Amino acid sequence: MPYDCMLSRRALLRSAALTTAGLWAAALPVRAANPTVVGFIYVGPRDDFGYNQAHAQGAAAVAKMPGVKMIEEEKVPETLDVQKTMGSMITLDSATLLFPTSFGYFDPHVLKVATQYPKVTFLHAGGLYQEGKHPKNVCSYFGYIDEAQYIAGVVAGHTSRSGKLGFVAAKPIPQVLRNINAFTLGAQSAKPQTTTQVIFTGDWALPIKEAEATNSLVDQGIDVITCHVDSPKVVVETCERRGIFCSGYHASQAVLAPKGYLTGAEWNWEGVYTDFVKRFQAGEKLPNLARGGLKESMVRTSPYGAAVGEAARQQAEDVRAQLMAGTFVIFKGPLQSNTGTTVIPAGEQRIQTDLSLESMDWLVAGVIGSTK
Amino acid sequence: MRSAKQQEIMAAFGLPVGALVVSLLVFGVFVAGLGNNPFTAYALMYTGGFGTWFSWQNTLQRAAPLILTALCTAIPARLGLVIIGGEGALVLGGLGAMIMAFHLPGSTPWMGQLAMALAGMVAGGLLILVAGALRHYRGVNETISSLLLTYIAIAVFNHLVEGPMRDPASLNKPSTAALTEAHMLGMLPGMEVHWGLVYGLLACVVVYVLMSRTVFGFAARMVGGNARAAQLSGLPIGRLVLTGCFLAGAAAGLAGMVEVAAVHGRANASLAVGYGYTGILVAFLARHHALAIIPVAVLLGGIGASGGLLQRRLGLPDATVLVLQGILFVVILASEGLRPRACQRTHAPTQSRQTLRERVQRLGRVAS
Repeated sequence: MPYDCMLSRRALLRSAALTTAGLWAAALPVRAANPTVVGFIYVGPRDDFGYNQAHAQGAAAVAKMPGVKMIEEEKVPETLDVQKTMGSMITLDSATLLFPTSFGYFDPHVLKVATQYPKVTFLHAGGLYQEGKHPKNVCSYFGYIDEAQYIAGVVAGHTSRSGKLGFVAAKPIPQVLRNINAFTLGAQSAKPQTTTQVIFTGDWALPIKEAEATNSLVDQGIDVITCHVDSPKVVVETCERRGIFCSGYHASQAVLAPKGYLTGAEWNWEGVYTDFVKRFQAGEKLPNLARGGLKESMVRTSPYGAAVGEAARQQAEDVRAQLMAGTFVIFKGPLQSNTGTTVIPAGEQRIQTDLSLESMDWLVAGVIGSTK
Repeated sequence: MRSAKQQEIMAAFGLPVGALVVSLLVFGVFVAGLGNNPFTAYALMYTGGFGTWFSWQNTLQRAAPLILTALCTAIPARLGLVIIGGEGALVLGGLGAMIMAFHLPGSTPWMGQLAMALAGMVAGGLLILVAGALRHYRGVNETISSLLLTYIAIAVFNHLVEGPMRDPASLNKPSTAALTEAHMLGMLPGMEVHWGLVYGLLACVVVYVLMSRTVFGFAARMVGGNARAAQLSGLPIGRLVLTGCFLAGAAAGLAGMVEVAAVHGRANASLAVGYGYTGILVAFLARHHALAIIPVAVLLGGIGASGGLLQRRLGLPDATVLVLQGILFVVILASEGLRPRACQRTHAPTQSRQTLRERVQRLGRVAS
């Protein structure tokens, strides 16, 4: 019949009413049964196989907890945008616990919004909290991921045939240098003559430069590459395509390189975040500064790939056991920098909590590259 | 029969509004395709962008830098130049303002801010001036050169911030030393929006007056309409082009100064987050009209502000907002074709259907 497809007046009215109701419902703040609203903010895409994905996996674990409503927003730049996003999560979504996950969100953005909303708790990834200087409702946490990088270095040192490793890094800042050094020291513990060639790309997310850097490293005869950039995706995929080994960072990139992926240094934000939220729900005061490594399950390594040999596994597991027991020190004297100066004299050691490691500005002997 | 004037006014307001409605409809189809109720999305966008006082402040705050960076494209467009180097001018503006601040530690806040604003404007202005000079004296395409100059500007900026100008205490996020609290630009009274918004509004009014009520503006539009005719009339094309480019860069440079002085309190990589590029979109949507930039920037600010809510409540990806911006851009540009002939003629005499390339080539021939 020709008029079948026409709406009756009643149907039209009904749909109009539903639409209006929908409009109102959508416009109202979330008020259902008072779950704890936890907001996550990422600086990049949450499926980047890297920094942001590691946090998003933590957020996904939080979302599964009872009595929690998880909200998230990705690609929020480190400008006023993030201040407004935090404010919006608090005023429009009634969030009481926020995870602004990018390092650069802290100063001035988190500090400013935290002063504006003293009842909301802010958990920031970076470990930047200073007692007496920063608002009390701010907590900052960070993991000693160089422990995981050391183990990855052990594996890389054993696996490399050429004894030449590569490291694609964003910027010569202390956190990155610490990872490069730990990776190299790990590899040298397996084979003392191992070298690591470093290329700094200049920023956290420059896929084209990262691919170029990886290719040029492979062209030099390097056969294991790792990185410290926001998304290791490009580096890992390029390594796999060029037929060499790679070691991941931030999250697991094993699916991107089924043949060459050895292991990787990963964050364990799932464990850390669910723990934080549980304690927050119980009304506990969260620590303003939380740090930890393998022992505190803040970091972990990716499961070993098929290419990892028995000797590598054995030594890596041995180091892990010592790190878990707290008997292993990565940075201990005598340690020479690659410019020939003694950075840690013989007989001295710098344990993980040593503040001088936080301002590291040297590369150990065996690293080819400059901090300038 | 309506008069030509009436038709023109109808077209000026009706076309953008119509384009906005069409864009929202297309966007609704897109949202529905992702399995969401488009009306819920519209309602959320309204709430997030304009629904509450907080949302309005959010929107205006996001619009503030866009107003200034849009002028960087809009002013040269009147001269027939397509400049897309706002990002570079913004970054250098922030850097210039910061360098000035280090040389004036003891100044009063008011003087210090004024000096910073001037330094930012000069730094940004010089960058775009280079693009204008390359165009005028060497016939280098100003679109390409302004984009490439942006890369150079950002590289220089990064070098200085991570090298000579780095505050040694900024360990894991290289930055310059911080401004003193007294030299920071505050918030507008009674709201969480900084003074950059007022600077932007003032700049738009000044540019509007300059472009439509002064001899300079008339001459500049004449160069944009037909450079050869302008030259034959004895207009100093070189001076006009260079001045226009400098003013354009100065607007973006001021945006950089505001970012430094009102938001970050120091110069670091967070300056280059794309305000300069979004400004290009704003300028084209506003059809390079200084006053039209204001509502367009507010609209894009509102879309940006509502993007968060779309992500959080509907689980849509961040790119949703970019999709809407893209649809808007295409539809508004396409709607130009519906503009009545009479209006086209009043806007760009004799040259209205000449392609941009022809116009640029012509300017190039005149220049050489």
